[in-house]
Amino acid sequence: MASILTRATADALTDPPVEKPGRKRRRRGILPFSAWHLLLMPVAIIFALPLVQMVLTSFMTDADINSFPPKFIPRSINFGGYVGFFTDTPAARWLVNTTIVATIAVVSHLVLCSLAGYGYARLKFRGRNLGFFAIVGTIMIPVQLLMIPTYVMFSKIGVVDTLAAAFIPWLTSAFGIFLMRQFFLSLPKELEEAATIDGCSTLGVFWRVVLPLAKPALATLAIFTLLNSWNDLIWPLVAINNQDNFTLQVGLTTFQGTRRTQWSLLMAGNVVATMPLIIGFIAAQRQFVATMTFSGLKG
Amino acid sequence: MATTTELEPAAPPGRSDADRLRRKAKRRRRRRGDLTGWVFVGPATVLVLGLSIFPAVWAFFISRKRWDLIRPPKDVGWKNYQVLIRDPEVWGAIQHTLFFTALFVPISILMGIVLAIALNQRIRFVAFYRTAIFIPFVASAAATGILASFVFEPQYGIANDLLRRVHLTQLGFLESPTQAMFIIVIIALWGQVGFTVVVYLAALQDIPQDIVEAAMIDGANRRQIFRYVTMPELAPVTVFTAVWQTITALQLFDIVFTTTRGGPLNSTTTLVYYIYDQAFRANRFGYGAAVSYVLFAATMLITLFMVWYSRRTKIEAF
Repeated sequence: MASILTRATADALTDPPVEKPGRKRRRRGILPFSAWHLLLMPVAIIFALPLVQMVLTSFMTDADINSFPPKFIPRSINFGGYVGFFTDTPAARWLVNTTIVATIAVVSHLVLCSLAGYGYARLKFRGRNLGFFAIVGTIMIPVQLLMIPTYVMFSKIGVVDTLAAAFIPWLTSAFGIFLMRQFFLSLPKELEEAATIDGCSTLGVFWRVVLPLAKPALATLAIFTLLNSWNDLIWPLVAINNQDNFTLQVGLTTFQGTRRTQWSLLMAGNVVATMPLIIGFIAAQRQFVATMTFSGLKG
Repeated sequence: MATTTELEPAAPPGRSDADRLRRKAKRRRRRRGDLTGWVFVGPATVLVLGLSIFPAVWAFFISRKRWDLIRPPKDVGWKNYQVLIRDPEVWGAIQHTLFFTALFVPISILMGIVLAIALNQRIRFVAFYRTAIFIPFVASAAATGILASFVFEPQYGIANDLLRRVHLTQLGFLESPTQAMFIIVIIALWGQVGFTVVVYLAALQDIPQDIVEAAMIDGANRRQIFRYVTMPELAPVTVFTAVWQTITALQLFDIVFTTTRGGPLNSTTTLVYYIYDQAFRANRFGYGAAVSYVLFAATMLITLFMVWYSRRTKIEAF
């Protein structure tokens, strides 16, 4: 499904397009700047403003936030929201839980999907086509259909309510296997063949020759898995009732009933939950954008 | 994991020992190949199938039971499905889901195209614009929902404050049954447009420049180039995006859960929210499974229809 998108390159996206040869630059006389700014400037502000307000509000006091008319800029920097978030609630625990889940998800995806992707791309063994066909078929199944039986299954084996319930579904994914297989198929075979002739075992070829070449694909897979497992809501929401094992996202939603008016605390929580990914995004924008076009997916 | 053992057929009579040995060696090599292969793919394959195909099939059996996970399950045949067809709440949920989809999908595609074309221009601040438009995409649904509840809070929220400044009527937003779904569409667009923009931006930059130049040499103006060169080139991506966004829209849950929880007056209850509510709040697991099968079938049908339609119109997207 992603085939039509894989042609796009990250470079094309993050660098401004080069002036096309042969086109005369037309200047519209009415405006001193391009008319596109009239569209892009307001849209960009509308998109960015809520996040700016989120950060600003997280440093306000509740009294300031609930004053009338609403204030946008804090009168003074106040850390009450953050202090409350980490001391009045099990937020530190939730942050650790989310980090554990996301780390396990990413590491396990990298290991299992690259192994399986390589196996399905290059190795010859009985049951290969059947196995791969079954995996691709599962991409069509929506998570919502799996939610109920998985919950029942997990409660039978006693995993429900533990942190394991949150990360087991994230250990691997059909999409990740598919992504890695497509990548390995695109590599030239000659290197691997040369390594085999030199006496390298299959695992050795995979580890020493193929994996070093797969860094871009692995980065894509890691970013994609991190984004989805960090932000996952519905599954940990149903699978975990024990407050100590909540993930950050689930924890945040519990505030809405009980701390509806403690906006500084809520916004501080929001900042903690989103900033790691936003900072990561800005730092690795190129790879991130390439990931999104490459995969064409978000949870 | 597939078995790597096989019955060894007795060697046919009349063959030489050397022949038999060669075949035995070949078989051993093949068996080792099978083993290596499954060492590579086995763990991931077992996990994927065990966590998707098995539960997907089991969900069907659950959908034919009455089961609260406390008392033993009771077989009820097709009763869950019969109840479902006459359940006004299911029909309401279907309506809300389709309403959301019908607004969200076209607008996200349209905004994606327009903003991608704008971001593809050689102007200043493009990097800033692109970052600003894309960043909401990485924010989680939980955070987005809380942020939206804050922005659209009727009394203290900044949305009503802006309306007040330009002397317009104050709105109820998420607390009004007639407005809530529109606001949810806006929230979803805020988070998702970044994705369609990036997809279209990639597609735009993928258009071979020689076609554009050829059209220019033939005397086409900007509008004609857009109509006869750019638009046909974007068609496959549009099919892909439409299918993708439709699937996403039909599964709307996160934003509803983090803002309205289906209210006010059930006006934002979507199918997935209803499944969640029935199974995990009301402990009607059998009924919830039946509704989720309906969702699965609907998603499948709509997707297949869109793929079929694009094939028929010769747009090669899949």
